[in-house]
Amino acid sequence: MESKQKKQNTTLQQRNYQQLQQKHEIKRPVLKNCIKAFFVGGFICLIGQAVSYFYIYFFNFTEQSVGNPTVATMVFFSMLLTGFGVYDRIGQFGGAGSAVPVTGFGNAVISAAIEHRTEGFVLGVGGNMFKLAGSVILFGVFSAFVVALVKTLLVIWGVL
Amino acid sequence: MLAMFFWAFVIGGLICVIGQLLFDVAKLTPGHTLSLLVVAGAVLDGFGLYEPLVDFAGAGATIPITSFGSSLVHGALQDAEAHGIIGVLTGMFQVTSSGISAAIVFGFIGALIFKPKG
Repeated sequence: MESKQKKQNTTLQQRNYQQLQQKHEIKRPVLKNCIKAFFVGGFICLIGQAVSYFYIYFFNFTEQSVGNPTVATMVFFSMLLTGFGVYDRIGQFGGAGSAVPVTGFGNAVISAAIEHRTEGFVLGVGGNMFKLAGSVILFGVFSAFVVALVKTLLVIWGVL
Repeated sequence: MLAMFFWAFVIGGLICVIGQLLFDVAKLTPGHTLSLLVVAGAVLDGFGLYEPLVDFAGAGATIPITSFGSSLVHGALQDAEAHGIIGVLTGMFQVTSSGISAAIVFGFIGALIFKPKG
């Protein structure tokens, strides 16, 4: 609706310019980006799998419960890489391959914490830490609440 | 064991490719993409589809952010089974506690140790 209105309000010249702009717009190299994301993301999960086996063999975790300590360890690695400025470079190369794994979540929290350090620890670090990662927590928790509530109610009512 | 490493690599990589497609084709921001993936993980776990994936691919399924949504639902359902409907709230963070705690603790330690660049 809004775009329709926009189109009507534009002059012929503006429309011509938009066409010209579209023609010269650099296309994103989707396939190349996907291949990069696949290998970077896969590699991070490969390291995660090695960490998982470490916890299974030395700390008596099971295959189902090992995700919890593995995630914590990966966030720790992500702190080191973020602090030394390495994770940004991985992110530039890997795109979603570095953002989607939990290390990307860690990177979002930690880089925000480091960046706002100059504004003080309470208002700067404390207030801005979840600036980027907050949406993930909000929508994760809310959707999990709805899903779990619906499923529990269905079980109580005997539908499932 | 080698097969597990292989599938962790492949499945983890494929989930990242989905994320990259959401970036490039759907033109979503990283924040929208990650939120969408978390919601997807929660819904998949609601249908009981995420646990088989974890059995099959190990870290390939637990490391991507989708596992965050899935383990939130998992914890909530576990406690709901034991304590009824209030368990949905009490169990929510039970399985995924370490991810959030680690992010907060290491985030603060990182802010103490490292100085911002640039």
